[in-house]
Amino acid sequence: MIVMAKNKNDQKRRIENVLSALKHDKLAIASLVFLVIIIALALLAPILPLDPNTTDVRNMFQPPSPEHWFGTDDIGRDYLSRVIYGGRVSLLVGFLAMITCVCVGVLVGTVSGYCGGWIDSILMRIVDIMSSIPWMVLVTVISLFLKRGLKSIIIVIGFFTWMEIARLVRAETLSLKEREYVMYAKFVGIPGYVIILKHIIPSVLPTIIIAASTGIANAIMTESSLSFLGLGIQQPMSSWGSLLQNAQSYMQNAIYMAILPGLLIVLTIFAFNKLGNLLRIFVEPRVMSGEKD
Amino acid sequence: MAKYIIKRILAAIPMVLIITVICFALMNLAPYDAIDAMTTPNMSPETVALIKAKYGYDQPVYIQYIRWLDGLINGNFGYSIVTHQSISADLAIRIPNTIKLILPAYLLAYVFAIILGLVAGSHKNKWADKLIDGLCSIGIALPTFWVSMLLMYFLGYKLNILPIVGMHTIGQENSLIDYFRHFLMPFIALFLSFLPDATRYVRSSTITQYSEDYVMVQQAFGASKAEIMFKHVCKNVLLPIITKLGMALPMLVTGAIITETIFGWPGVGPYFVKAIQGMDYPIVMVILVLSSTLVILGNLLSDILYCLTDPRIKDLG
Repeated sequence: MIVMAKNKNDQKRRIENVLSALKHDKLAIASLVFLVIIIALALLAPILPLDPNTTDVRNMFQPPSPEHWFGTDDIGRDYLSRVIYGGRVSLLVGFLAMITCVCVGVLVGTVSGYCGGWIDSILMRIVDIMSSIPWMVLVTVISLFLKRGLKSIIIVIGFFTWMEIARLVRAETLSLKEREYVMYAKFVGIPGYVIILKHIIPSVLPTIIIAASTGIANAIMTESSLSFLGLGIQQPMSSWGSLLQNAQSYMQNAIYMAILPGLLIVLTIFAFNKLGNLLRIFVEPRVMSGEKD
Repeated sequence: MAKYIIKRILAAIPMVLIITVICFALMNLAPYDAIDAMTTPNMSPETVALIKAKYGYDQPVYIQYIRWLDGLINGNFGYSIVTHQSISADLAIRIPNTIKLILPAYLLAYVFAIILGLVAGSHKNKWADKLIDGLCSIGIALPTFWVSMLLMYFLGYKLNILPIVGMHTIGQENSLIDYFRHFLMPFIALFLSFLPDATRYVRSSTITQYSEDYVMVQQAFGASKAEIMFKHVCKNVLLPIITKLGMALPMLVTGAIITETIFGWPGVGPYFVKAIQGMDYPIVMVILVLSSTLVILGNLLSDILYCLTDPRIKDLG
């Protein structure tokens, strides 16, 4: 009980640390606000007065104006709506790919670390082999085997970028396995999967959350790069990356089409990374406040 | 230590072999194969069988694999199923082009990263550090292809001072100035994409070094700041960076796929992307095997370098 209470207190103190760091970091607050706005826009897009599909050929390539805040594109569609709907796709891919990649990574990491022995060796060899293929090459090759589109890009990013998370989680599981409460649970005969679910995963949760926030940033970056190369999201659906691919052809007369989605990608990735960094205070309080970085 | 190195080399060989097996399996599982590319539906079954026999596709899979592997080892990478050209001949032109672009960008990025990282790390939480670290966070969030687009727009279209695509203007293949003008934009884009990560790395290892006891001892003995920096911290920060260079080996082939594609630089990037879009499996698989082998070799090289430069690791053997 005493240990539990101490743990609770410690948790509370750590959360307070994170909150106070957040208060003192204006950029972090800005990041948080930005993400809330972007996510809200993406979620609410269908009920907002936005129309990304109506073409209006008399108003092609209109620069930003009060009527069309972000201008219009090559066939006169309202670019603001296109960018918001593109954000829906980019964020959706980011979230779902991150969830897939975290789930696979945590599963492999905990099983590998907890079971040890030949299971561990086999899983870690798989991780070694998969991480020895440059990610850009791996992801593009896998996209060859799937029909291009939203689903396959989520699968490609989710199932082929989990190796780093698996390594982190495995390392933590290895040390958790030696803790008294885990040893005791094992001793009284609680099955392995229950121990992993009840004792190990809650303890590695902070690491997982940090990995998740950088995971979203990476997934959004990968998706936009792939879509830019024409290997990701396909027409008529669009994401920030495919909007940029389209904008590339019209750069000379409509540079705003290239600037806006790009700027949103940069800000979103920056914000997710920033918040991920802030959460690190929760996991490594000493490291962050001490001299070491 | 020799024992350690030999052990590492022996562990690397099966990894490379497994990767070739995976690649070959992928090539066979692919929904569309080399035979489909070379034949048309109008051909008679006899002709198709003849073509199959000519390229060895009538043999059992494991014999095909051994022949393919044998080819890889002897530098015969097979033929593109779209253009029917020898992949080794194509790569022999394209890899040097990629290296010409990446190597200068990578080296310059590291020189800058070392300077900026040391400055930031030694002034932790001062304005210089905050500025450099802040710029790095932005730099990491910048997609390379977007930077390339903006460079193209501003330097290429708006100011019209640099050519937008390619490596040479037609008719000026031997002009060094012309080459340099084409080289500059992709070079800047790559330089900017390498810089932030490298700077972060140098900065954090500088900070770690400054928190070591030996720095405090030096300070206690009244050593000047410059002395601590250049005599002690520098050495300890730079050694691991030299070993990190081994990991850059695979970059020499696949480090600039996006940048090269955008700027139409005739390196491995556009070749690979075109192969992917055209489902040209033999090319894709060769690049896959080549780049993964380089990753494994690179890790091996950097482990060995580490072992050579840091005497503390020697007894791990």
